[in-house]
Amino acid sequence: MDDALTLYDETFSSRFLLGTALYPSPQIMREAITASGCEIVTLGLRRQNPADRDGDSLWDCIRQSGRKLLPNTAGCKSAKEAVTLAEMSREIFATPWIKLEVIGDDYNLQPDPFGLVDAAEQLVRRGFKVLPYCTDDLILCQRLLDVGCRVLMPWGAPIGTGQGLLNRYHLRTLRERLPDTVLIIDAGLGAPSQAAEAMEMGFDAVLLNTAVARARDPAAMAAAFAAAIGAGRQASRAGLMHKRQTATPSTPTLGQPFWHQQGE
Amino acid sequence: MKVSLNNEPVEVAGATTLSAAIELWQFGGQTIAVAINGEFVSRSNYATRILEAGDRIDIVKPVGGG
Repeated sequence: MDDALTLYDETFSSRFLLGTALYPSPQIMREAITASGCEIVTLGLRRQNPADRDGDSLWDCIRQSGRKLLPNTAGCKSAKEAVTLAEMSREIFATPWIKLEVIGDDYNLQPDPFGLVDAAEQLVRRGFKVLPYCTDDLILCQRLLDVGCRVLMPWGAPIGTGQGLLNRYHLRTLRERLPDTVLIIDAGLGAPSQAAEAMEMGFDAVLLNTAVARARDPAAMAAAFAAAIGAGRQASRAGLMHKRQTATPSTPTLGQPFWHQQGE
Repeated sequence: MKVSLNNEPVEVAGATTLSAAIELWQFGGQTIAVAINGEFVSRSNYATRILEAGDRIDIVKPVGGG
């Protein structure tokens, strides 16, 4: 497979991971998944009334999509909660893969770096393949690698804000300092152009949900993101030119007619 | 005796197993996972786990997620 994405020794042709929340209906979610070309979808676990079977059709749709499942620990506020929910996910979904979330702040849903490293260490020891949702802090990312994470998912912006890449300096630093680590931009992207920019910066993949699910036409938006992610990746591999402060002509000046002829 | 199910108080008979409670609460046959007092309980232990007064039981099901 040319230019495959490798996550925990599994290869994927798509660099687009898609969430399964917030769609107007399971059918529209299914159409968005298909249009995205994604091979991995995220999902969660929640308490539900046994009589409420509304979620069952969504789960059936997700299962029938045939995509690889990446369950999350969304909403957990401590390492202990996250580890317990990860164990529950592993049993239900029969996968050791976990998108690890430990939230430290209710206002911007910022990951708790200390709880995240603690939970990641415990989960790796228990045999999980951990994909932590983290901030763009280099030292945090290094600690997560130290405890055995092989994929990191730094935020572009707080979840659901659609603000794009808020801290380009930190994100560029991450990419430059961790050149061999798989880095997936997770959360905060609102437009395909922002996903393309992330890929142009050299990130390996993009994970998003709200921007697609809340679009007027989720399937069309999923296709737009897929195209942007592909274009960004292609551009990154092709090698972007360096920015310059002054103009340089692209057409040769040698042989320019009428050159300095004014006044002759 | 009183236990809590998904943060709601419920009454169950003494010596009720977790698997019996799952049926009683109509979660039987559904895609679920269980934690008691914040600790994961694997499916293989449902039949032998006896509920105790004050147990906090969480039963979760799949939902869409980002």
